[in-house]
Amino acid sequence: MATVSDLKITELKLSEAEGGKWGMVIDQDICTGCQACVAACAMENNIPFVGDEDSGYGRSMHWIRIERFWEGEYPEVKMTPNQPMLCQQCGSATCEPVCPAFATVHSQAEQLNLQVYNRCVGTRYCANNCPYQVRSFNWRDYQRPEPLPNQFNPDVTVRRRGVMEKCTFCIQRIHKAQDKAKSEGREVVDGEFTAACAQACPANAITFGRIDDPESLVSQLSKQAHGVKHLEELGTFPHITYFKGG
Amino acid sequence: MTYDKKEKKVVHAEHHAHGDDHFREKHLMLDPLPRGQMNDMVMESMTEPPTWKFWLVFGILSVIVAYGLFYSWARLIIEGVGIAGVNRPSYWGIFLVNTVFWIGISHAGTFISAILRVFRAEFRRPFTRAAELMTTFGLVQAGFSIFMHLGRVWLFYWLLPYPNERMLWPNMHSPLSWDLIAITTYLLSSTMYLFLPLIPDLAMARDKSTGWRKIFYRTLALGFRGTEGEWAHLRNAMNIFAWAIIPVMFSVHTIVSWDFAAATRPGWNSTIFGPYFIVGALHSGMGAVIVVLAIIRATMKNMKYFIRPEHFDAIGKLMLVISMGWAYFFFNDYMVQWYGGDKWTKQLLHFHEGGPLGWMWFAMLICNIAIPWAVLWNPKWRSIPWLVSMVGIFINVGMWLERYIIIPISLTINRMPFTWRMYTPGIEIPLGIGTLAFFCLLYMAASKLIPLIPVWEVQEGQMAHKLTKYGRETVVTVSELE
Repeated sequence: MATVSDLKITELKLSEAEGGKWGMVIDQDICTGCQACVAACAMENNIPFVGDEDSGYGRSMHWIRIERFWEGEYPEVKMTPNQPMLCQQCGSATCEPVCPAFATVHSQAEQLNLQVYNRCVGTRYCANNCPYQVRSFNWRDYQRPEPLPNQFNPDVTVRRRGVMEKCTFCIQRIHKAQDKAKSEGREVVDGEFTAACAQACPANAITFGRIDDPESLVSQLSKQAHGVKHLEELGTFPHITYFKGG
Repeated sequence: MTYDKKEKKVVHAEHHAHGDDHFREKHLMLDPLPRGQMNDMVMESMTEPPTWKFWLVFGILSVIVAYGLFYSWARLIIEGVGIAGVNRPSYWGIFLVNTVFWIGISHAGTFISAILRVFRAEFRRPFTRAAELMTTFGLVQAGFSIFMHLGRVWLFYWLLPYPNERMLWPNMHSPLSWDLIAITTYLLSSTMYLFLPLIPDLAMARDKSTGWRKIFYRTLALGFRGTEGEWAHLRNAMNIFAWAIIPVMFSVHTIVSWDFAAATRPGWNSTIFGPYFIVGALHSGMGAVIVVLAIIRATMKNMKYFIRPEHFDAIGKLMLVISMGWAYFFFNDYMVQWYGGDKWTKQLLHFHEGGPLGWMWFAMLICNIAIPWAVLWNPKWRSIPWLVSMVGIFINVGMWLERYIIIPISLTINRMPFTWRMYTPGIEIPLGIGTLAFFCLLYMAASKLIPLIPVWEVQEGQMAHKLTKYGRETVVTVSELE
C-alpha cells in the first residue's frame, strides 16, 4: 500500500524531471521561417550535408527543423505559424531507457539528454521512441567538399556513419561559458551566451537560458499563460515552451 | 442419436472388411517394421548420393546466399545503413520484420517438440527433429537479421555484459537488452534440446557407417552405447529440457513483443502484444513445419513411410486452432485500440486499412484467417500434403505481412505529422531473400548429415502401440513406457 512518504518521493521525482536547468522559449508568432537557425545549427555542430540524393529521400540531417502546416481545405487554405522543432531536452525522456548501450543518457550536471556518439551502436530504438522525431541518424559517411572542412567547429565531435545524433542545446557553449565564469569566480550571467539557433534568429523568436533561475528572461517568458509544451500529455516534461497566437 | 449409432456401425463394418490393414496403412505407430530395416531406411535417406537436382538447388541457394547475404551485408557494413531503405520515421524496416518472422518460425519447432512431448501426443514422434532443426536454423537467421540492422555492427559486443575497464554495462532498462538475453538463452537451450534426442540416432548412424561419416558420428554420439543407465540419464535430461524450454519459449516472443509494446508509439503501445505475438509466432511456425514436412516427404527417400497423411491431418488441426487463436487476439487488439479513440491511433488504423498499403492489411486477414479456416475444417483436405503445405505458405505470407504492418507501416504514422513518410525497402530485399536461402541451405546440408527422423522414438512408439481385439471390436491400445 502506498504510504504518504511514498507519494512524496514520487512528487520529488516528478519535480526533478519537471525542473531542469537549461530551457528555451520559442515564439511562433514572430518566427518568419527563414531557416537561419537551421543553418547556424549546422555550422555550429558540424552537421554534415547529405547531398541532393539523400536529401530528396528525406535524410537531410538537421538538429532543428522548421515545420510548416496549413489549416482548412483548398482553396480556403491558411498557413499556421511556423514551428521550429528540436530536441525538447525532456526531463523524463522516452529515448533514454530504450538504448541498450547507454549511449543516450541524462546528464546530472546540465539536466540535458546527452548522446554519447562513441558509445552508439546504431539500434535506432531511441529515434523510434522519440515522440518529437528530432533525432537524426548518420546513414553514411558524408563527404564535405572543399572548402567546407575549413569551417569545422573544433569544439564539437565529428560523427561517423551508423551513429545517432541530436540537438545538445549547444553544450559546448554552455561549458565554455561555465568555465569562463568559474575562472572569474562568478556564476554564469543570463544573456552571457546563447545557443547557435537563438543567436542567429533575426526575429529574436528563440530565447535560451537558465530556467532554474527565476530572474532570467527565459524563465520569466516560460511562465506566461499562453505558453504551451508539446506532447506534454505523454509525461516527458519537455523543457521548451512555445508561444502561438498570443 | 439413432443416426449417430448407425453411422458408427457402418464405420465398424468397414474396419472388419479390411481387417487391421486399415489401421496399419493409416497410422505409423501401428505399422511396425523390424528395427534393422527401419534404421537402414533412415540411413539410406541420409547417405544416398545427392542427385543432380539436389546439387542444382544447392548451387542456386549458395549463389543467393553469397550475393544476398554476404556480399550485400559487406556492402551494408562498408557503405553504411544508408543503402537500405530505412529512414525517418521508419527507422526499423524489413530487418526487424525478418527478425520477428524468423523468431516466429523458430517457435514451432520447440512447440511441437516440447509441448507435444510433455503431453505425450503420439503423432509427434516422426517429425520432432524436423521441427527442432527449424528452431535452431531459424534463430540463426533471426540473429543475422537483427545484427544487419545495427549502424555499427562491429561493436555489437557492447550489447553484451562483459567485464571491462570502464565498468560500462548494457542498459537493463532497454527491451533490446532483454531481447538479446532471451534469444541467446533460447538458441542455446533449443540447440541442447535438439542434440539430446539426437544422440541415440547418432550412435545408430555411427554403427552403420564408414569413413569420414564414422568419425563424424563417433565424435557427436559422445560414446553412447545404449546401456540402461545411459537411457535413464537421457530420458531425465530430455524431460527436464522439455519442461524448462516451454517457459523460455513463451518468454522469448513476449520479450520480442515488448520491443514494440514498451515504446510510446501509437499502434505499438498495447498490453495484449505479448500473447498476441506468441500465438502469431506459433501460427507462422506451424505453417513452416508443414511446408518442411511436405518437402521432406516429397524429395527424400523412404520418407513416405514415416510421414503420412495422418501427420498432416494432426498438424492441420493444430493450425486451425492456432488460426482461431490468432484471430481472437487480433480482433481483441484492434477492437480496444479502435474503441480507445486516441487521435493518433485512429489515424494509424485508417492508414492500415485505407492507406496506400491497405492491400497488405486485407491480404493478411485473408492469408491468416480466411484461407486456413476455409481449408482446414475438412479432414479429407487436411490430409492432402500439398494442399496443407500451400495453406502453410499462405499463413507465412500473412504473418510476414502482419509484422510488416506492425513495424514499418505503423512507424509511418507518429505524433509529428511533419515527418510522416512512406518506407521503401532498398538492400533489405536481397538480404531478406539471403536469410531465407541460407535457412534452406542449412536445412539441405543437415538432411544429408544427421538423421531427420528420430528413429528410436518411432520404434519406441511402435512398441507401445498395439491393436487389441475386444470381442469383434479392434481397439488401439497404448502402454505406458516410462
